[in-house]
Amino acid sequence: MNFSEWDGFRSGNWTEVIDVRSFINNNYTSYYGDASFLSGPTERTRRSLAELERLKKLEQEKGGVLDIDTSTVSSLCNYAPGYLTDEDIIVGLQTDAPLKRGVNPFGGIRMAREACESYGYKLSDKIEEYFTYRTTHNDGVFRIYTDEMKAARHCALLTGLPDAYGRGRIIGDYRRIALYGTDRLIEEKKKDKVALGKNYMDVENIRLMEELYQQINFLGKLKEMAGMYGYDISRPAKDAREAIQWTYFGYLAANKEQNGAAMSFGRTSTFFDIYIERDLKRGTLTEEKAQELIDDLVLKLRCARHLRTPEYNELFGGDPMWITESVGGMNLNHRTLVTKTSFRILNTLYNLGPAPEPNLTILWSHALPDGFKKFCAKLSIDTDSIQYENDDLMRPQFGDDYAIACCVSAMKVGKQMQFFGARTNLAKLLLLAINGGTDNVFGTKIGPQMGPMEDEVLTYDAVMERFRIYLDWLCNLYVNTMNCIHYMHDKYAYEKTQMALHDTNVQRLMAFGVAGLSVITDSLSAIRFAKVKPVRDESGLIVDFITEGEFPKYGNDVNEVDEMAENMLVMVHDALRKTPAYRGAVHTLSALTITSNVVYGKKTGATPDGRKKGEPFAPGANPMHNREENGALASLNSVSKLPYSSTSDGISNTFSIIPDALGKNDDERMQNLVNILDGYFLNDAHHINVNVMNRETLLKAYEHPEDYPNLTIRVSGYAVNFVRLSREQQREVLMRTFHQAV
Amino acid sequence: MKGRISSFESLGTVDGPGVRNVVFMQGCPLRCACCHNPETWDVNGGKETDSIELSERILRYRNYFGPEGGVTVSGGEPLLQASFVAELFSILKKAGINTALDTSGCLWNEDVERLLSVTDLVLLDHKFATEEDYVKYTKGSLKRTEDFLSELQKRDIPTWIRRVIIPGINDDEASSRQLLELEKRFSCIKKTEPLPFRKLCLSKYESLGIDFPLKDVREADEGDIAKVFGFY
Repeated sequence: MNFSEWDGFRSGNWTEVIDVRSFINNNYTSYYGDASFLSGPTERTRRSLAELERLKKLEQEKGGVLDIDTSTVSSLCNYAPGYLTDEDIIVGLQTDAPLKRGVNPFGGIRMAREACESYGYKLSDKIEEYFTYRTTHNDGVFRIYTDEMKAARHCALLTGLPDAYGRGRIIGDYRRIALYGTDRLIEEKKKDKVALGKNYMDVENIRLMEELYQQINFLGKLKEMAGMYGYDISRPAKDAREAIQWTYFGYLAANKEQNGAAMSFGRTSTFFDIYIERDLKRGTLTEEKAQELIDDLVLKLRCARHLRTPEYNELFGGDPMWITESVGGMNLNHRTLVTKTSFRILNTLYNLGPAPEPNLTILWSHALPDGFKKFCAKLSIDTDSIQYENDDLMRPQFGDDYAIACCVSAMKVGKQMQFFGARTNLAKLLLLAINGGTDNVFGTKIGPQMGPMEDEVLTYDAVMERFRIYLDWLCNLYVNTMNCIHYMHDKYAYEKTQMALHDTNVQRLMAFGVAGLSVITDSLSAIRFAKVKPVRDESGLIVDFITEGEFPKYGNDVNEVDEMAENMLVMVHDALRKTPAYRGAVHTLSALTITSNVVYGKKTGATPDGRKKGEPFAPGANPMHNREENGALASLNSVSKLPYSSTSDGISNTFSIIPDALGKNDDERMQNLVNILDGYFLNDAHHINVNVMNRETLLKAYEHPEDYPNLTIRVSGYAVNFVRLSREQQREVLMRTFHQAV
Repeated sequence: MKGRISSFESLGTVDGPGVRNVVFMQGCPLRCACCHNPETWDVNGGKETDSIELSERILRYRNYFGPEGGVTVSGGEPLLQASFVAELFSILKKAGINTALDTSGCLWNEDVERLLSVTDLVLLDHKFATEEDYVKYTKGSLKRTEDFLSELQKRDIPTWIRRVIIPGINDDEASSRQLLELEKRFSCIKKTEPLPFRKLCLSKYESLGIDFPLKDVREADEGDIAKVFGFY
């Protein structure tokens, strides 16, 4: 197959079949230099940015939501074209106006209704009536949830389950639209459908046939949507601007169709770079204009919004979208995938100011070019807006064309998808085991009924024996609950647009998660190495602990306790795998909490590590606040021991350090941060959020939020505007360890 | 062998080049008025630690050190336990780790000589310009410090001279000139670092029930540091 739009590209497997990776590897130009070639924002970019800043200020003044279209159901072609300004270069908004939110009731009508009401709007009667006759994903799930599943959900043993909104964490390979055009993609899907029609029509085959029908249908709608903006995307993109525009249309369509929690953008910068390089060589583009294209794309991504309820915001603070874009890494031939456009997309943090979206994620390899490493470190120091993940750890498993969905979930773009599964609260599970099947905060009776442990002093062996029983019980319940959720999501809220941009035979991952890793680890360490006496209420329920003596704590690079954290993850993963996952999905596990570590803590009783009832957990895989006694690297070493082989959905670590602790001047800080990142990842760690700031800055922002509208910090796999967190979440961030100078 | 350690800091970026582990040894014969680690004075305090275990621990951080970093042994006064530090450094040097010694140079014996033979960099405190001030503010000696410096010169060990600049006490022109002119006399000096006097240690003094002699002196700022170089 050939298109005139492909002139100048080197052919390869990609010219025969859909294979974006082959296109990239045959055509990209590595960049080994520094950041000095970059351009600042154009006047046009400045004007667009000013308009977005104006709207964001209004949005904040109106309580977080600027406007809602309550009478249209969000989909690809249901809104008139919207623009940020009349000089947009990259076009397309979710609704007909910037920051105006659409309603998407396919996940659940109640959530859509409540979200409207909490911001003073009312869902239109038309939509209400339409959905009386339609089953939503949420309806489906609750038709089959068992009493036990509901009880586990009620007492927050399982939380954040995607049973009332889109599951997200699916990355369409939006680049395919630019490279092939929709006609070719439709043609391929039709061929797949014909082939499937020859198979035995079992449930799986019939379901896939219907899904293909929907995929083809929505590729048609995608073309129609682009047409509304005046573009014909049936053919491949002919230049850089079209490549970016076509790709963005794919993402936009997905965002109109779905309200998934974390719909990421993929790994596009090196793909775009090939088009930019071709245009630069042809003399049809300049550096300034290339940067302007990327700046405008990022401005559009920063316009993306979903309508959420206040309860959702409590779990996922700061109105995040997780439009994660993965940048950098190496290819399988050990050549870096860093290009000039890797720099250009990071440069948007300077041109447009620090911001949480897109969630820029560096795929770090020891072998990355030095100039790129330094630029990343400088960005972290200047903006606190980027995160890092270990390409050397992920590449052997996911190849060289994977991307991160959400915070830390790797998947091969267009070849793997994920059934997102939120997380279970391990600290609560430990308390449930000690209490033999009664939750000591909610009073819920759940799981095997063994009664509270009667020992005067808890012994490690007895506690672990019980814990294993409850872990096996819970993991079985957890997998079954997820199977119900994802069956119903496929049935009633299938991601037609995104799945059309995947291979038809896709590999599925089912992503489970744990919260409270450091709390359970330190609690078990206390039971093992110190003396832990349970405190009982009148009914005999254990509600508190008296812990006497010293015990090693996770986060100090002490092997005997760090191993307990390692073993915990292995144990949970093994227990999950005992129950088969829906559609043959592979069980994966993460240690990640978003900002929900605050809510988890609130709903969990006192723990043997000395944490009081209701106190926040540490986020993700972080050591508990202020228990680190040997400084920053000891803490990093503890986290780096956690086994990625059991936790391949990601191990999130948020690291805050004051500038003075990083070195005496800007150059030293930059070089030292590069060395710290190199060391951490050479030790096989998976992820890190880096904040370089003084606690005083945050304190000031806490007292005077109006003075810090754009203060961005990394929290747990994503970045937020500090002032958009709840007061409670802000206080928790302030409590965290800030590594100091000695 | 065993030594007494006050604390271990895994990330140090201000005591020597690059990313470093910093080991704070326990025990010090001096009583510097500006000392920010009073908990390290008592020779019987701290925690007994084995040199081999400590080296194993440090080696777990080698991936962070990069081309410049390594380990710095500070204190307290590491020369009080020179034999222990010498053993630690010789293990680390064999493993290719850069070794730095942060000292006041107040002692000289065979153990110290052995220690210097496995030391890549010395951070030498040169606290005051006159013998009188040395006695008054440190209970140490200027002469001994400069004798130590001569020994470093003889062995050609790269040395950084450091001085805490205390406003109104050692920030005058004569003191500053004397500090900076050391570089002319000793070619082993690769860098001179005037460090601003800080009072972050006040809470440590309070919790130990020791009076901080300089509690009424103001902290030094960047201007004070610039002034020192300005005299030169």
